[in-house]
Amino acid sequence: MKSLKRNVWSAAMAVSMTFTASYALAEGHTADVYAPYEGTTLVVNFPAHPHYNAVLDVLPQFTEETGIEVEVDQLQYLKMRERQTLELTKDEGDYDLISYVVFSKADYVFADQLENLAKYFMNPKLANPNYDAGDLIDGYVQNIGVAGGEKGYLPGPTGSLFGIPFGAETSVLAYRKDIFEKHGIEVPQTYDQLLEVACQIPEVEPGMGGMASRAASGHQASHAFLLHLAPLGGRVFDEQWNPIINNEAGVAAANALKTIVDCGPEGSQTFGPAEAAASFKQGSSAMFMDSIAFAAGFEDPSQSTVAGKVGYALHPEGVRRGSQTGGFGIGIPSNAQNKEAAFLLMQWLTSKEGDLAVAMAGGNPSRFSTYENAELNAKYPYSATFGEALQFADPDWRPIIPTWGKINADIGTTMSQVLTEGLDPQEALDGVAERARAVMEEAGYYTWQ
Amino acid sequence: MSTARANRLTPYLFLAPAGIVLLVALFYPICYMIYASFLDWNPSQRIGEADFVGLRNYIKLFSDDAFRESMWVTLRFAAIVVTLEMVIGVGLALLLDRNIRGMSVLRTLFILPMMIAPIVVGLMWRYMYHPTVGIFNQTLESWGFEPIPWLSDGSWAFTSVIIADVWQWTPFIFILSLAALQSLPSSAIEASKIDGATGWQQIIYIKLPLMLPVLIVTLLLRLIDSFKVLEVILVMTNGGPGLSTEILSIRINRTASEFRELGEAAAMSNLLLIVLLILTFVMFIYNKAQEIRAERMRAAEEEA
Repeated sequence: MKSLKRNVWSAAMAVSMTFTASYALAEGHTADVYAPYEGTTLVVNFPAHPHYNAVLDVLPQFTEETGIEVEVDQLQYLKMRERQTLELTKDEGDYDLISYVVFSKADYVFADQLENLAKYFMNPKLANPNYDAGDLIDGYVQNIGVAGGEKGYLPGPTGSLFGIPFGAETSVLAYRKDIFEKHGIEVPQTYDQLLEVACQIPEVEPGMGGMASRAASGHQASHAFLLHLAPLGGRVFDEQWNPIINNEAGVAAANALKTIVDCGPEGSQTFGPAEAAASFKQGSSAMFMDSIAFAAGFEDPSQSTVAGKVGYALHPEGVRRGSQTGGFGIGIPSNAQNKEAAFLLMQWLTSKEGDLAVAMAGGNPSRFSTYENAELNAKYPYSATFGEALQFADPDWRPIIPTWGKINADIGTTMSQVLTEGLDPQEALDGVAERARAVMEEAGYYTWQ
Repeated sequence: MSTARANRLTPYLFLAPAGIVLLVALFYPICYMIYASFLDWNPSQRIGEADFVGLRNYIKLFSDDAFRESMWVTLRFAAIVVTLEMVIGVGLALLLDRNIRGMSVLRTLFILPMMIAPIVVGLMWRYMYHPTVGIFNQTLESWGFEPIPWLSDGSWAFTSVIIADVWQWTPFIFILSLAALQSLPSSAIEASKIDGATGWQQIIYIKLPLMLPVLIVTLLLRLIDSFKVLEVILVMTNGGPGLSTEILSIRINRTASEFRELGEAAAMSNLLLIVLLILTFVMFIYNKAQEIRAERMRAAEEEA
């Protein structure tokens, strides 16, 4: 009986292998890799975000090809960290694969809660030789995936990979082509031009704001400030972790943000990203500089009155080019129960085919080849500009260290005081630098000085 | 076991489930929180892995400007809100304590704001305060006035938050004081009428003093509640702009989730708990004093 069963099994294997071999040749990977995991159900945690909504459309294709079921737990993106922190500290976690916001990387890696991916890429039974990691957008991999190198959170000789960018984003400048043409305004290439145009718009188009920006107290105001800090030549810390946020570049960034908000649409002092995007969609602002993830919404006539009238340009240059890097990566929790199958899903989603499929469904590509894809460019004409913007994506535009949450909040509330209460930018940033130093001191960043 | 003994134990047996629930649901979390406030605890750690730091969290709090600012905002908020609500609530009750047709419908309408979920209240006010599409600014503009930066200017945001809270919680004081008014002995009021007291005199010398015990309890209940307000402000301003509306419960929330300092958040919660305990204690003492006074007066009457 036993031998009969084995015979049947091997026969089935043989059939399936010959069947999949031809299929595999076309696909570039062998499908029987997946056989041991057939019937496994993976539980994954994804944010509610346009990119991951596109992923949901593509997942059935994965299940069909591999026989691995995927159960998705979707959460609002700022709520994810709380849930994940809870899950990742358990002995046996419920999540096999998680999507994490880039600034959670430091906490998870520091607490040893994410799998080092080296052992999976070394495993010949799991790693697809045609994966082509060199095609992954470098700035994203460095920012989102790698930890343990320079300054601890950046890549470098001592760094290693803990996640793969998926749903990552950079910043571009979206502008109203019709308004710019009407008044003969050139698309701003530099920060000086940007600020000039931002304040010129309300004069020539009464009732319309120059540029819609995030500015709400807390994380949003900090994000908006940092967006200008990198291109204007600033950093939050120097190489020795001394706060340099209050140097000339910092003050210039604060003044830039203040100018933008002052010349922005009414009430922009309290805008979050959704409100700023809505202001642009409703036609009450002429420019919007934020994540590329918003572009799909601008071009959707059912929610945007400006569909088809929007042009996209690179994030303007200050003393250097430096667009943001943010968004999400996917990683395998250390306490996951189906790590190998989770790796297969991760590899499949970020493979050339998977990335393209998600991008075609409206997601953000993680690969250069996807941005160059003719089909994608025909469907989303802005893809080429975004691909170009990525070359200037700055992985170090904000520090990703465990103390960042506190410093980020402090920058955000102080910046909000600059925007709404007329606090002097230099004085404000001096205060931030002083408090940041105390936080860093306490966390032990100056132990070696 | 004898029947007598079984009988004696029966009440405890019935009380046991409630006692256990109380122990698990109340004492355990509080002890946990007190213990956590002495730890340097990051949410990525288990509580056992956190370092014991003694009173460091508390010492840090008292030298933290942002915490002091937030404490000050909370105190100001509670004082202003409760004063306004008491004045308006009691005033309304005095006005409406009469037999008008349709009174019961009116009364129900008045207490509606209290029944709406706080998140909804926050969203509602946030949209009404919206700089361009909100009803307030649209009305102001159509009358030819300058729009007001309701939520985008520090002091206006504080005012806006107060307006929303007063709107929501005045009815609470209103119904309690109305109930108190209606249970006043009619003999005292009639006596004052016969003596020729005017309406104002009746209010100041008869009604308010007689309502006082209820008013004090109401005041304390509201005061305790106003220290804990979270959702409405969270939705409306999230503490901003700057720190202008960052009340203590928002600060605690941010410390735990944004700054990832569970120990510090626990220490703040404990301080808030102590403030509230003092208020509750005052309420308790007042009640006791009232009881003793009433007993003495009764005894004096009996003697006479």
